[in-house]
Amino acid sequence: MNGRVIAALILRYSLLYLRSWIRSIELIFWPTLELLLWGFLAVFIHRQTEGNFPYFIKFLIGAVIFWDVLFRAQQAVALSFLEDLWTRNFLNLFIAPIRLTEYLAAICIVGIIRVTVTVALLSVFAKALYSFNLLDFEWQLIPFFGNLLLFGWSLGMISIALILRWGLAAESLAWAVPFLVQPISAVFYPVSVLPVPLQTLAWLLPSTYVFEGMREVIRTGEMQWSNLLISIIMNVGFLILASGFFAFMFNIARDKGLLVKIASE
Amino acid sequence: MPEAILNVRQLRKEFGDTVAVDRLSFSLNPGEVVGLLGPNGAGKTTAIQMLLGLIKPTSGNIEIFGRNFALNRTALLKKSNFASAYANLPNNLKVEQNLTVFSMIYGVSDFKRKINEVLDLFEIGHLKKRVTGHLSSGETTRLNLAKAMLNDPELLYLDEPTASLDPDIADKVRSVINQVRMDRKISVLYTSHNMHDIEAVCDRVIFLNLGKKIAEGSPSAINQQFQQKSLEDTFIHIARSGELIEPDQSDLI
Repeated sequence: MNGRVIAALILRYSLLYLRSWIRSIELIFWPTLELLLWGFLAVFIHRQTEGNFPYFIKFLIGAVIFWDVLFRAQQAVALSFLEDLWTRNFLNLFIAPIRLTEYLAAICIVGIIRVTVTVALLSVFAKALYSFNLLDFEWQLIPFFGNLLLFGWSLGMISIALILRWGLAAESLAWAVPFLVQPISAVFYPVSVLPVPLQTLAWLLPSTYVFEGMREVIRTGEMQWSNLLISIIMNVGFLILASGFFAFMFNIARDKGLLVKIASE
Repeated sequence: MPEAILNVRQLRKEFGDTVAVDRLSFSLNPGEVVGLLGPNGAGKTTAIQMLLGLIKPTSGNIEIFGRNFALNRTALLKKSNFASAYANLPNNLKVEQNLTVFSMIYGVSDFKRKINEVLDLFEIGHLKKRVTGHLSSGETTRLNLAKAMLNDPELLYLDEPTASLDPDIADKVRSVINQVRMDRKISVLYTSHNMHDIEAVCDRVIFLNLGKKIAEGSPSAINQQFQQKSLEDTFIHIARSGELIEPDQSDLI
């Protein structure tokens, strides 16, 4: 992998945000809206139940912020790719001396930058409005966020692989794919709430272990290391499968002439 | 004979039952400009896209600078470049920003100087700070060409570079292409539907029809072969007749 090529691609995607304040707003608008919505709902329910669920507010606020890490990581991969299609730059990139691994590495790093910006702002709002201090997680944030980033990248690669194969008709998948896993990832509620067959499915997703782990840490201050380890192993597996799926679809696209077709759609 | 920059042997592409390119063979010598011509559906776009690695050939071999393209794609693309009227640079970045990104990708050293040089070459130095999306189509085409010259390519693919240009700018672009190939000995593979372009720029022409090469030679020799006065007449003759002359039937191949 060539660091200079990766840096060039990161510069290209970063300039999009630096050049347009409207695009930068996208990084904070929806996450903030979600935080406000879920946050005030949590406050309302907490008051109605007269504090019978002591961690309710923290669970929901934590879930909103943690979910955003996964979602923004997926979005960074999918939207960076779509950006090249929308601006008809796709052919220029794919006839340039760029390896697929360099391209994927660049858009994943852009994901880290986007997530950092969004989470930093959300944590400030969460502290100010709901007294939720993200830093209470201390060093445990690192494995939690690391796992969510990895899973977000995997979902992002799956999204762009589908767009490569089916063109801009599949564009909506860029937004839809993360929401396919949200209900069974136990983001806002524990896995035990789900019907038994769905619980089995839920434990097949690395994100489930993170959200369950987050609630565990809020409740007890302790982290289940075994669960975290399972999540990491699963994420490595998902990342290998997602990269393989992307490479497979890329080859199909090259074979069928789809790269050129989607570039001119 | 100098060693060819580009060697294409028995290149074939099938899309299901359709044969888009059928056993295409040709070479491109150092400093030579070769035009790839043919009516719509002739296979020239598919051929050039296989040469760029965007489409995987069904069979055949592509050698660039004596090396197998399929096995050395990244290294070989570093020494070539491409400009098309249909592949633009990101319209939301400034001209200078776009060229900086591509300079970095191609590993251009002293890229600030190089950016000024290529912009001046195509007489668009004054647009450096402009947003790419605000350029006219003629300016955009010249910017695409400037980007294609950033890495001093030894092999240049130009896909309809003068499409959407007015006659004055198109003439200037042709002059620059001629100047550049003389100064830098660049080899160029050129596709265009503008026969005036081809006659003005190309040393040799390869005519494709229905995926097959039907003629190859200088523009005047091609006209002679088809008993037409100009390349445009030849083009129309081939497109309307649907004629398929096997390469071995041509005197010129």
